[in-house]
Amino acid sequence: MSGAAALAGVKVVEFGGYAAGPHIGKVLANFGATVVHVESKARPDGFRLQYPPYKDGEPGLNRGGCFAFFNDSKYGVTVDLKNPAGLELARRLIDWSDIVIENMRPGVMDRIGLGYETMRQTNPSLVMLSTCNMGQTGPRARTPGFGSQLSSLAGFCGAIGEADGSPMLLYGPYIDFIASVMSTSVALAALERRRRTGQGALIDVSQYESGLHFMAGALFANHRNRIVAERCGNRDAEAVPHGAYPCCDDRWVAFSCRSDAEFETLVRRLGQPALAEDPRFATTDERRRNVDELDAVLAEHCRGLDSEAVAAALQEAGIAAYRVNTIADLFHDPQLEERRTWRRRRHGEIGDQAYVFPGFDLAATPGDITRAAPLLGGDNEIVFKEFLGMTDEEFDACADREAFD
Amino acid sequence: MLGGYKVLDLSGRLGWLAGRILVDLGADVIKVERPGIDRDDADWRAFNIGKRLLTLDVTEAAGQEAILAALPRIDILIETATPGGPEAAWLDPERLAGLNLELIHVSVTPYGREGPRAGWRASDLEIMAAGGAMSIVGEPDGTPLRISVPQSYAWAGAHAAAGALVALTHRTGGAGGQHVDVSAQVSIVTSLAHAPTFVDMLGVVPGRVGSGISGRSVHGGTYRAFWRCKDGYINFILYGGPAGRRTNKALVEWMREKDLDLGVLAEIDWDTYDPILADQDEIDRLEAPIATFFETVTKAEFLDGAFGREMLGYPVSTVADIATDPQLAAREFWQDLPSPDGGSERHCGAFYRVDGERPELSPSAAGNGGNNRHILLELGLLEAQIDALEAEHVVAAE
Repeated sequence: MSGAAALAGVKVVEFGGYAAGPHIGKVLANFGATVVHVESKARPDGFRLQYPPYKDGEPGLNRGGCFAFFNDSKYGVTVDLKNPAGLELARRLIDWSDIVIENMRPGVMDRIGLGYETMRQTNPSLVMLSTCNMGQTGPRARTPGFGSQLSSLAGFCGAIGEADGSPMLLYGPYIDFIASVMSTSVALAALERRRRTGQGALIDVSQYESGLHFMAGALFANHRNRIVAERCGNRDAEAVPHGAYPCCDDRWVAFSCRSDAEFETLVRRLGQPALAEDPRFATTDERRRNVDELDAVLAEHCRGLDSEAVAAALQEAGIAAYRVNTIADLFHDPQLEERRTWRRRRHGEIGDQAYVFPGFDLAATPGDITRAAPLLGGDNEIVFKEFLGMTDEEFDACADREAFD
Repeated sequence: MLGGYKVLDLSGRLGWLAGRILVDLGADVIKVERPGIDRDDADWRAFNIGKRLLTLDVTEAAGQEAILAALPRIDILIETATPGGPEAAWLDPERLAGLNLELIHVSVTPYGREGPRAGWRASDLEIMAAGGAMSIVGEPDGTPLRISVPQSYAWAGAHAAAGALVALTHRTGGAGGQHVDVSAQVSIVTSLAHAPTFVDMLGVVPGRVGSGISGRSVHGGTYRAFWRCKDGYINFILYGGPAGRRTNKALVEWMREKDLDLGVLAEIDWDTYDPILADQDEIDRLEAPIATFFETVTKAEFLDGAFGREMLGYPVSTVADIATDPQLAAREFWQDLPSPDGGSERHCGAFYRVDGERPELSPSAAGNGGNNRHILLELGLLEAQIDALEAEHVVAAE
């Protein structure tokens, strides 16, 4: 066992922006990889200015919380890819790196001269991971698209809402985060193959296809038995009751029962033991038949109770239950505190900001939020002089040629 | 890419996708199940395809001993034991590390292996509640909702696979194995996009967004996100910005080609249009002719038309729509594999392509079993030990 970071020595360069590309590098950086996020002054990452929130509500290139949230623990450089001197810097960065992550539209890296075939001439064992909406090939490869709407095409939005109601939106580009966490695995697997064979890799991740793996069971049921999964509110094929119920503390509590015995325990803990004897609710079949009434009765009883108290009482009796945490509650949840899920780091303009730690951690070489997100071009000197070994003269000459713009 | 690595997958539903991702990456994944488990279940098949099945009862001491004896030959172990429960005791990380210092031991649990609520029970519903996801899904004044197709298990599994790969990368530097602790709850928190930053920076708590987009009109108007079409719904939003303006222009052009009444849309200068300036009455007037148009197209027609016109927007697909999407066929996304009844069944193929090809899952590892003895021998058990396990019905005789 060693105290060094798990991915110490792994060098990553990112081209692109928004969520799907940068979130891969963030996780690698959290475990010790050196990750350089490439932007230009003319084309900063779209998350810097296009989405709130901003420090004190005022937009600014270095004031955006959305950009910062997906780019902690990285170094930020500006390189003008339309300037030959800038393009040369990009090539040097790629030659230095083990992994390149890019989420531009398909074909753009090739067009600007940074494609895989070109770059492997000088970095033969390069791992390049391209992630985009539809993948690099196929009739719709060049679809422009937002992850928020791609979640509709991949079946998620259609699976949200009441059976007789409209589909519903998920918050933000849900599917992008699926693709990014799966990309983290494949990028590292390619690095492992390289260690053994010296072989590089060109990896093509379609955010659409990655998302479908989160629907794999429903897709399989359709292929095999023509069963089409439908939205059904909070209903469940096995558990009844299974839902969220409003409480007196302006919160909801979620719980579920999978047997008559669990239901009996539930109603006893809710102070309504007679419900277990009620013929409408006595068996799973009856509860399912009268589920609207059951939900109404449970909602009525919960209305007088505190959400945390209900969850704790039910858990004590072995019933699955949890308060429906609001986004604000997440900052005070005891389990999230235990894992130090939120880690505050000081950003040059935003000040202290809470960054989120990934869903896994390692015992011997734990990860961390190693630094706040970079300012636009804020690490040009460190990256080009210290990491790439550029002399002061070389650096100044590049600046004179506006390569860092 | 992970050829030669052996994975022992003891997981329940919460961890299945982790092993499936490692299958896609080329590892040899052995799924351990108790005799009599329902392997016909759609989720079981979809998430365990590509793994070799070992039918072994690990609730029996002899079954546990067999696993411990096999451990020196295992690179990655995935389990979902409930913290504080009997399974967690025999799968204690220090104990397992004592048997194989190189082992990467991945524990996947609803809330993490430590902490005041580590032992709390959960199904998908409670994990989605605990992770904050339900609080932002549903109608603004309605019940918090989960996604009807369970998601939290997949989130936990995907984070578990990433954790295993980080630990494996570290191990290849000669540093030994270690324990990886995965929390499904935290995995869900990472799916919430940047919603937490609003609380952190502005003290604003994002709520449920429903089926429309609010917060984009300075007059408090709500834009529609979902529209009825001939055979279902379309997800389309009147956006501003360059892509939005291009989309809106293309939509109006499309409607013009169909000789439809454009209503107020005909008068809009899309080059200067900004959705934040409209009030609800204006939004309603803008949206009325669009609603009429969308009722005349099918989901497939919208997908084709929107793509050809470089418009933003997608149909709301069902799994049946996805099954026939030509984009997926062109990229050879689906893979047909032998089913338990001797026929064929269709699965999602590997989640990525590498060097121009999608790796294929092995037809001999279709989760169909029949190789218990062979697998146990491979894992270092002796014939006599296997005979004894069979005699005790801890492993199924075949």
